[in-house]
Amino acid sequence: MGENAMKVLVPVKRVIDYNVKVRVKADGSGVDLANVKMSMNPFDEIAVEEAIRLKEAGMAEEVVAVSIGVKQAQETLRTALAMGADRAILVVAADDVHQDIEPLAVAKILAKIVEEEQPQLVMAGKQAIDNDMNATGQMLSALLGWSQATFASEVKVEGDNAVVTREVDGGLQTIKVKMPAIVTVDLRLNEPRYASLPNIMKAKKKPLDEKTAEDYGVDVSPRLEVVKTTEPEARKAGEMVPDVDTLVAKLKEKGVV
Amino acid sequence: MSVDDDTFEQLLDSVRRYVRERLIPAETRVEDEDDIPEEIVQEMREMGLFGLSIPESFGGIGLTTLQESRLVEALCYASVSFRSLVGTNVGIGSQGIVMDGTDAQKAAYLPALASGEMIASFALTEPDIGSDAAHLKTTARRDGRDFILNGTKRYITNAVRAGVFTVFARTDPDRPGGDGVSAFLLPADTPGITVAKPDRKLGQRGTKTSDVIFEDVRLPESAIIGGPDNLNRGFRTAMKVLDRGRVHVASIAVGTAQRMLDEATAYAMSRIQFGQPIAQHQLVQALLAESQAELLAARHLVRATAQEYDTHGQAILMASSSKLFASEMAFRVADRALQVHGGAGYMAEYPIERLFRDARLLRIYEGTSQIQQMIIARRMIKEYEERA
Repeated sequence: MGENAMKVLVPVKRVIDYNVKVRVKADGSGVDLANVKMSMNPFDEIAVEEAIRLKEAGMAEEVVAVSIGVKQAQETLRTALAMGADRAILVVAADDVHQDIEPLAVAKILAKIVEEEQPQLVMAGKQAIDNDMNATGQMLSALLGWSQATFASEVKVEGDNAVVTREVDGGLQTIKVKMPAIVTVDLRLNEPRYASLPNIMKAKKKPLDEKTAEDYGVDVSPRLEVVKTTEPEARKAGEMVPDVDTLVAKLKEKGVV
Repeated sequence: MSVDDDTFEQLLDSVRRYVRERLIPAETRVEDEDDIPEEIVQEMREMGLFGLSIPESFGGIGLTTLQESRLVEALCYASVSFRSLVGTNVGIGSQGIVMDGTDAQKAAYLPALASGEMIASFALTEPDIGSDAAHLKTTARRDGRDFILNGTKRYITNAVRAGVFTVFARTDPDRPGGDGVSAFLLPADTPGITVAKPDRKLGQRGTKTSDVIFEDVRLPESAIIGGPDNLNRGFRTAMKVLDRGRVHVASIAVGTAQRMLDEATAYAMSRIQFGQPIAQHQLVQALLAESQAELLAARHLVRATAQEYDTHGQAILMASSSKLFASEMAFRVADRALQVHGGAGYMAEYPIERLFRDARLLRIYEGTSQIQQMIIARRMIKEYEERA
């Protein structure tokens, strides 16, 4: 396999914007997403950035972004195209923004797309910030029987291998995986670029194919049942103390020190 | 071809994010260093911010006036000093070429202005000539097919950064008013141009204004904006450029007012006095509510004006009304927002101290409030007479 022929597939998810204050729906069935600002999952942005850097470094030839979800996910794909992806595939799998497509269904659809597209590398975010599942990349690896390297903080392509530094508990681990492979990326891998105005204009002309889950024969109906969703406990108000001695006394009283 | 709504929302989104993540955190550095860091300048080029109003065929984004207004508003949520860097390329420095330039002039300058590779500067004001711009004293004396330029321009924004000046000079000494004035495009490296040291100012640190002195600067008649046929018609170009520019400045006012009001609201929600956040006190609420109502009024006036400009190609009365109302509104909001902060508002630790100083200029540049009032009243009288 020639290095320059490599194709990178980057799955991106449309999630609630990380700046938005999340509110739980009154019935506890989930988070209210009606008229809420949505953006690309930040970890996926890092994956897009890394894929584009591989292309800019001459290590990859084409970057294909794919998103599975509601039709509005095409906005997310336009962002990926504006950042520098070459083309995009939208798989419409839900009508309601509140219907989250579960990792297994996403992985099954991605596996079909991988069969069609034959990428050498799938570069994905380690998890989506909405449900924090951290499962899609791993499931895709199992379905395809490909090598996987998760939580990447550095990725180097060397011949037919990817050398990936992983952020693990207590330090860094560097592994070498044979490609084709799946790499899921962590926060410190890179700092994603902004979609510039000229590139947003150019992205309008890049191809965006639209498919449905049925096109891939995947049943996306939920297997998990959400029993309850609750907001985190509100932070208790602080207390001003006059001096250090009172502070120490209070802390002792609360058994903190 | 204009930018469709979906794409425009994406542009706006990208600028808002850039403002929040990059520009706002760099504000204190700009204030301390009195300059915009080179990496930010480069990023602003890459973002395409210099080319907002330049047609797409010349490498710009080609926004409509309404879109430009909304985008400038978003950009001016961060310190207005950042806007000043791109402001002359987006507004007064490029629009003369876009509106009245020859094809050769457009091809020669617009792509470099759109990318930000070249900075454009607009040189109209003089030491003795501010609001009374029609009586400017800088002269361009004919010498065969050339002109010889002499005079001094004052408070010229981005002069130290400029690659090209739009210079207004008297080409007909027998006509003292606007009719004897021509607009020239003058490359900054032409011999005889001296750019003085940047001025020290009350606010808007990081922006650069200077005197520009022209001593026997030789320039060909092809440097007249619109070519030799536009001899003595430069003042019309200036007025057209300033007309659209007023919508731009009014948009700046709305953007910075929103920032100041948000700063005030956030402070009022977190500052506890008499056992509750001061936002719960009615007199503080009055300061916030008045600001909110006026801000909304200004925003919608500015957008309606921009829309009018896009539909009819001019909006003299509305543009002056927008500039007047929005800039005066912004300073009232600045004053109230500082008041909400109490003593803290007077300290440089809080952004409102800087935003307050920066906002003062809005009521002065690109036509003072008093000039806007005159334009509005004259227009009213003219329209009345036409109806009668």
